[in-house]
Amino acid sequence: MKKSQDDLLVINNLRKSFNNDLVLDDVSLTLKEHEVKVLIGASGSGKSTLLRCINLLERIDDGQLLLAGEDIASEKIDRDRIRSQIGTVFQSFNLFPHLTVIKNIALAPVQVHGWSKEEAMQKAMDLLERFGLKEKANQYPDLLSGGQQQRVAILRAIISKPKVLLLDEVTSALDPILIGEVLSLISELKAEGMTMMIATHEMGFAYKVADELMFLHKGVIAESGKPEKLLAKPKSKELKEFLKSLHDAGRL
Amino acid sequence: MGYTPSASRLERERDRTLSKRRSTSIAIISTIVFGLVVGFVLSRSSGIKAVGQSFFSPHYFAISIRPVLGGIWLNFRVMIITEILVLIFGTLIALARTSRSPVLYPLRLIATAYTDLFRGAPLLLILYLVGFGIPGLNFSWIPSSAIVLGTAALTLTYTAYVGEVLRAGIEAVSPTQTMAARALGLTQWQTARFVVFPQAFRKVIPPLLNDLVSLQKDSGLISVLGAIDAIRSAEIVKAQYYNFTPYIVAGVAFILLTIPLTRFTDWITKRQDLARVQRGQW
Repeated sequence: MKKSQDDLLVINNLRKSFNNDLVLDDVSLTLKEHEVKVLIGASGSGKSTLLRCINLLERIDDGQLLLAGEDIASEKIDRDRIRSQIGTVFQSFNLFPHLTVIKNIALAPVQVHGWSKEEAMQKAMDLLERFGLKEKANQYPDLLSGGQQQRVAILRAIISKPKVLLLDEVTSALDPILIGEVLSLISELKAEGMTMMIATHEMGFAYKVADELMFLHKGVIAESGKPEKLLAKPKSKELKEFLKSLHDAGRL
Repeated sequence: MGYTPSASRLERERDRTLSKRRSTSIAIISTIVFGLVVGFVLSRSSGIKAVGQSFFSPHYFAISIRPVLGGIWLNFRVMIITEILVLIFGTLIALARTSRSPVLYPLRLIATAYTDLFRGAPLLLILYLVGFGIPGLNFSWIPSSAIVLGTAALTLTYTAYVGEVLRAGIEAVSPTQTMAARALGLTQWQTARFVVFPQAFRKVIPPLLNDLVSLQKDSGLISVLGAIDAIRSAEIVKAQYYNFTPYIVAGVAFILLTIPLTRFTDWITKRQDLARVQRGQW
């Protein structure tokens, strides 16, 4: 069990099943600070489940989850505190429809992190301004385009400076035209040094943003490595098949 | 380069005007026919005059208007207080019914039993039990006022209804909302308070107001306990003159009290529908 100073998230032999259906089988990985890992793999390969295990929305069957050296899979842990240190963005945005955009972003800082209301609103406005969403601050999410909603969801997840950001197929519900604006926001976050775990079907984006690409197949990390290496010279039969199917579908 | 409407557009507009005119004429004719039929049937009744005298007499209307209006003031106060209590207790019942925490299991059980009991039992029965049964226990600390006990009985029954409406609202909020809130680090209580409840409440405003309108008119039932409300006042005048007009006066007073809330319900429902259409949720 290796562990160095900048290992932010360490997963050892993670195992998770739903009703005898083994979804994650002996998954181990180490996410360093400022590193971006991208999970690829077919639907049902366990990408989402892995992310949901990390932010404690699912309980793991076996294995170890360490966030900054702290055992977060422990039953003794305050899950709300851990979740408040992990940013999560979902495929379906899940913005709160009864709150304006700015209040969506400022809710957790005020309620969870104890910021003053003024401070939270100010920082939320700064973020919106930086990412070109200032005019939408006082609108309700339903009036925004999908791309705008997802960008707001990302800002909501990062305002309180989480240790790690989990992105679960954040562009899968978007028009091809809107995908770009979300991906460029994520690229900016990478440039700022945000530590991220990303599950995606966007191979071009995965190639660009990933420090390491991990290919999940039936709950197992079948292959991993630098994106240029992994995509150019896949070793396993599964990855070759996966890449071929993407190619045939015109997505590669 | 002016725009000239095409011949087909003009034809469509002409047809539309024609069909509108046809609908209007049909509505007018059917209204007249309906009025004639009702008038004819009533004119065949030999007792129409007597009924008119006992229910719609201007003389007794004048006599009863003061006491009945005095009584409706009591109904009004009972309505307001009951509505406030019902909203508070209904929220608690809904919270208990939707909680998943094992610690709250007994509470959940009690809330379920309570709802089954008070939603199923006739209000009149509850009124008698509370209004006559409880004072019969002879506890000095329990108020024996018919108004207080009547309000308590109404609250007991309507809390069960309103609790169910609120519960439906809570369950209609998508679980992904809860998931998103928890992922931000909000606690279970914060999630309920800031994310689930506000959405649930909005969803059930129309059925909620409907229950409150129903509660307003049922506040007239506290008269069976002897509270001098509008119905009871009307009864007193009726007993004096053997004329039923006072009841009609009380009925009109109740209708006038509930109409603002009914219109408000319509307005809110319409506004919500409109907002939904604008957001493209339909």
